[in-house]
Amino acid sequence: MKAARYPWRKFKDRLMQLVMGGCAMLVIAPLGLVFFHLVKSGISAVNWQFFTHLPKPVGEAGGGMANAIIGSLVLLGEAALLGVPVGVLGGVYLSEYGSNRLNFWIRFSADILNGVPSIIWGIVVYALVVIPMKGFSALAGGLVLGLMMIPLIMRTTEEVLILVPNCYREAGTALGISQWRVVVQIVMRTALRGTVTGILLALARMAGETAPLLFTAFGNRFWTHDLTNPIAALPLQIFTYAISPYDDWHRQAWAGALVLLLMVTAVNVGVRVLTRDRMTEDP
Amino acid sequence: MTTATIEKSVPRKRLAINSPAITAPAASRLEALTPSDWALDVRDLSVYFGTNRVLKDVSLQVRNRSVTAIIGPSGCGKSTFLRAMNRMHDLVPEARVTGAVRLFGSSIYGPEADAVAVRRRVGMVFQKSNPFPTLSIVDNVKVGPRLGGVRQRSVLDERAERSLRLAALWDEVKDRLNAPAVSLSGGQQQRLCIARALAVEPEVLLMDEPASALDPIATARIEELILNLKKDLTIVIVTHNLQQAARISDYTAFFYLGELVEYDTTSKIFTGPARQKTEDYVTGRFG
Repeated sequence: MKAARYPWRKFKDRLMQLVMGGCAMLVIAPLGLVFFHLVKSGISAVNWQFFTHLPKPVGEAGGGMANAIIGSLVLLGEAALLGVPVGVLGGVYLSEYGSNRLNFWIRFSADILNGVPSIIWGIVVYALVVIPMKGFSALAGGLVLGLMMIPLIMRTTEEVLILVPNCYREAGTALGISQWRVVVQIVMRTALRGTVTGILLALARMAGETAPLLFTAFGNRFWTHDLTNPIAALPLQIFTYAISPYDDWHRQAWAGALVLLLMVTAVNVGVRVLTRDRMTEDP
Repeated sequence: MTTATIEKSVPRKRLAINSPAITAPAASRLEALTPSDWALDVRDLSVYFGTNRVLKDVSLQVRNRSVTAIIGPSGCGKSTFLRAMNRMHDLVPEARVTGAVRLFGSSIYGPEADAVAVRRRVGMVFQKSNPFPTLSIVDNVKVGPRLGGVRQRSVLDERAERSLRLAALWDEVKDRLNAPAVSLSGGQQQRLCIARALAVEPEVLLMDEPASALDPIATARIEELILNLKKDLTIVIVTHNLQQAARISDYTAFFYLGELVEYDTTSKIFTGPARQKTEDYVTGRFG
């Protein structure tokens, strides 16, 4: 080896490290930009009224998005009620039970469904639920989000369960523990964090879905007390306000976007803290 | 069958290995055992993975309250044999088991046998220690009885302490029972796994190379532990370490290419085996 080449090799090493570090930083940059821009444009409209008041008519100052915030939570709750149990149990089936051939087709279908544009989900639920029910409804909105969550949660649950080393299944089985208890108490417990993270990511994605809600939940400007009526949702409200010609509404749209992002972030951080594993992590 | 004829259970015609004819009567090789001495009675056991026959017509009897070592080169079917003793092959869809295994007289593969119940009577310790990472030290020991239906806290506590004492781990962990199991050293983790298996109160303990990943000191502790445990239960241990087999076992079975070549008292296997293949293996000529 020639000593003379050493500085050159060292330079190349440093250069590549910098390039890779830069690429990694690019992941953080968009998040920073989004946050910065939302705060800059929306913070002026985020106040107590924003969280507690209904939208005001054009021209009247003030007003808030209380109904849209609650509406989004209702829709997400409905979606979770459908999507979480079906998705998680389906994922458990794929990972722990099932035959290879059947699993292949289930996986294949789930992957296709995950790639279906959300507006198509909206049209399908519009045709199958909204038209027969003769009206937009919170139920249809929750249904479309729940349906979209199922394949998403199913695949992430399956993937985190498969990552649980087989030796724990064997150890549990060898202790004379029945299979379902091994699955629930040992395998799923080991993969709890990953499962919860998968559910959260799905919920976060659904929180921002707008297109399918245009055909289902539709949105409104007041409180909804009946799930068979249309219901407001943050993304819908943001959409309506952002395409309006009024400056005041634009500010509120920015504020809505900021609140939506903060809500998703808060839920993410909160549940991560709650499911923190005391046994495998350093205190 | 009144006298245990170990040799008879290994029909010579099935052996691929040429060896001198067995002339001595069986009883002189392995002291006469009666069926009541057998913890495990294995007859014509074969295990297939798909079309691949990994274990070929193995018949042997494991004596109650003794240590039986299974030796042989890699791929000879040692672990496959061991895992057939508590129906671990049930987990592998393409595995098929034929023949009969009796545990203290009752068939473990029969139509009335329940695999979960069998595994509660036949515990297992694996090569790589595998304490559950989400559980504390003491919860790892309690998990078997707890998920098996024992609800009473006092019973669980008592079982955990007794198992940890039996596994010679109590003094090292009694002040940090609620610490994560993965905070223990490798040797301690393996003893924790032994304690976890003992907490279910099995009658037979299967050990699949339990010390192969441990240093000599930790290995010595496990071996000492095995010798203590055989007062109360039957131990079948797979080992690659011939010295270990010689040190701790009462009986030794030598497997080669999926067949049982020779099964006798450990001293006989190591000092005067009947078959050339066994002698070649224990003297280190192959394997």
